[in-house]
Amino acid sequence: MAYNCVVLVKQVPDTANISDKAMKDDGTVNRAALPAIFNPEDLNALEMALQVKEQHGGRVTVLTMGPPRAAELLREALYRGADRVILLSDRKFAGSDTLATSYALKCAVERIGDCDLIFCGRQAIDGDTAQVGPQVAEKLGLPQVTYAESIQSLQDDEIIVRRAFPLGMETVKCTLPCLLTVVGSANQPRPSSARRMLTYKLAATTLEYQTLLKKWPEFETEEALDCYLAEREQRIPVWTFTDIGADEDKLGLAGSPTKVLKIDSIVLEMTESREVQATSEDISALLRDLAQDYIL
Amino acid sequence: MAEIRDVWVFIEQEEGEIATVSLELLSKARELADELDGRVCALLFGHGVADLSEKVIHHGTDLVLLADHPELAVYRTLPYARVAVDLVQEQQPYIFLLGATPMGRDLAPRIASAVRAGLTADCTALQIGDFERKGKVYADLLYQIRPAFGGNIIATIVNPETRPQMATVREGVMPLGEPDSARRGEVRRIEPQFDERDLMVQVLERATLPPSCNLKGASIIVAGGMGVGSEENFRLIRELAQVLGGEVGASRAAVDAGFISQEHQVGQTGVTVRPRLYIACGISGAVQHRAGMDQSSKIIAINTDPDAPIFQIAHYKIVGDLNKVIPWMIRTYRENGK
Repeated sequence: MAYNCVVLVKQVPDTANISDKAMKDDGTVNRAALPAIFNPEDLNALEMALQVKEQHGGRVTVLTMGPPRAAELLREALYRGADRVILLSDRKFAGSDTLATSYALKCAVERIGDCDLIFCGRQAIDGDTAQVGPQVAEKLGLPQVTYAESIQSLQDDEIIVRRAFPLGMETVKCTLPCLLTVVGSANQPRPSSARRMLTYKLAATTLEYQTLLKKWPEFETEEALDCYLAEREQRIPVWTFTDIGADEDKLGLAGSPTKVLKIDSIVLEMTESREVQATSEDISALLRDLAQDYIL
Repeated sequence: MAEIRDVWVFIEQEEGEIATVSLELLSKARELADELDGRVCALLFGHGVADLSEKVIHHGTDLVLLADHPELAVYRTLPYARVAVDLVQEQQPYIFLLGATPMGRDLAPRIASAVRAGLTADCTALQIGDFERKGKVYADLLYQIRPAFGGNIIATIVNPETRPQMATVREGVMPLGEPDSARRGEVRRIEPQFDERDLMVQVLERATLPPSCNLKGASIIVAGGMGVGSEENFRLIRELAQVLGGEVGASRAAVDAGFISQEHQVGQTGVTVRPRLYIACGISGAVQHRAGMDQSSKIIAINTDPDAPIFQIAHYKIVGDLNKVIPWMIRTYRENGK
């Protein structure tokens, strides 16, 4: 039996590598100065979906919600093996919290239609909330299997999944369709394939046409470019809020029950401290002092 | 009619053992409920768990909502969410707190989505305060305070319009209060109703690993970060910990780099610790990490970078190479004995 898989992915700032340059003078983070990357556990989710396709057949669709720049992520998904990618992008989505985000994703998954398995990363490294996966599942009325580490068996409409926690494991049996959130230990995501990079070297969304026209003056109009890309199956569809039939009140800031009251940059309070020279003698003296104070 | 301002806590229990984080949350809920003039209600789900009610009451609960049912014997998302969602819709609590454990992080978003409530993950502090927006003042909201953006900022989140105001909190963040065995409370039994779809997921096997390290209980922790350089070099950290009779900790960066397993991670997304002595080796000191260890009684920091943020909270600053400093420490300690 072949399975239609949908993978929900997110482009995130590389929060693990925040340098001084990424901090503004007022102590806040300058998002623009941070490299944007494929959320690490979303790559594990994509890999798990690709393996299902390889073993059972079917199709892997990758969906992301984000600004026009998130097209970079979708090209990467194509290079790694996705059959189809979709960008969900609209100003109306801006400022969405996890609830509004999962509502938009739910609408988009319904428009994709006919899907057996939905995969997400366990959590994204910018917010670490791990909320969007379960919330999408709830809105679709599907069971969820969070912390999924491996698919033990997949037969007809029944899946057995091993879940991995920091201190334990669990194996569950579930009926399809269902949603899995995948942990980083699940697999080693495959790299981009050189062949697929060539196949999809022109892949672009309509939101990028302005930039492309400057690069390729031989196309005089957006229509001409669009025609060319569509013929070669290089056009990445962009869905707006009307395309997914979403209710505007449930999107963006208006649809988000959580509000940010304030953001504080971290101000360190200086601790009364003592400098210890990195010499064998000073280190010995420090340890003796600590022992004397019953700390050691 | 004035809004009822009850504070609910989900009691996480496995095989009759209540998770520490749930008891910590009861202490916090007691504080919040007293400020709001509301009750503390505990949601106790499971099978054969009625006996736990007493302990839950002693830790600050006014009302235990007890759902004791064979289908709730082992945690499963759908039946647990069904009972919780029905109760929330019926009783409209003001605040609802859950532990940010694998169970809480699986259950909380499912409930929040179903009742369309705002949910904030991994809070490090909770307070009551006012919020003003577009000329409207919302009094006595729950301030949900958490580090964000890889721990580089602290965000205060509120849910002005929706109820309950939901938040998850990590174990070890809220202090655990002393139980009061004289405290009395009410236990109300709930008769859960399930349909077929609630029971479609089956648990085939379950295993809990004993923790191979006990960071929370350790009085000395030696922790390594990216500056340790490699998995191989982490043996220095292990050796110092062993010599001093402490446990091994690590920063998120070191865990992400594969130097050491996740159970050793100290910080916002790891364990929160308060040892007598914390030795931070090659750890730059991102907020993410400091949030989990800055309450340590004494902190020694070893780092080659004199501007590393960790030095700002360290009691003893050692600017230098950990590959030299740690062996000196080991040698001194061994020579002097104990």
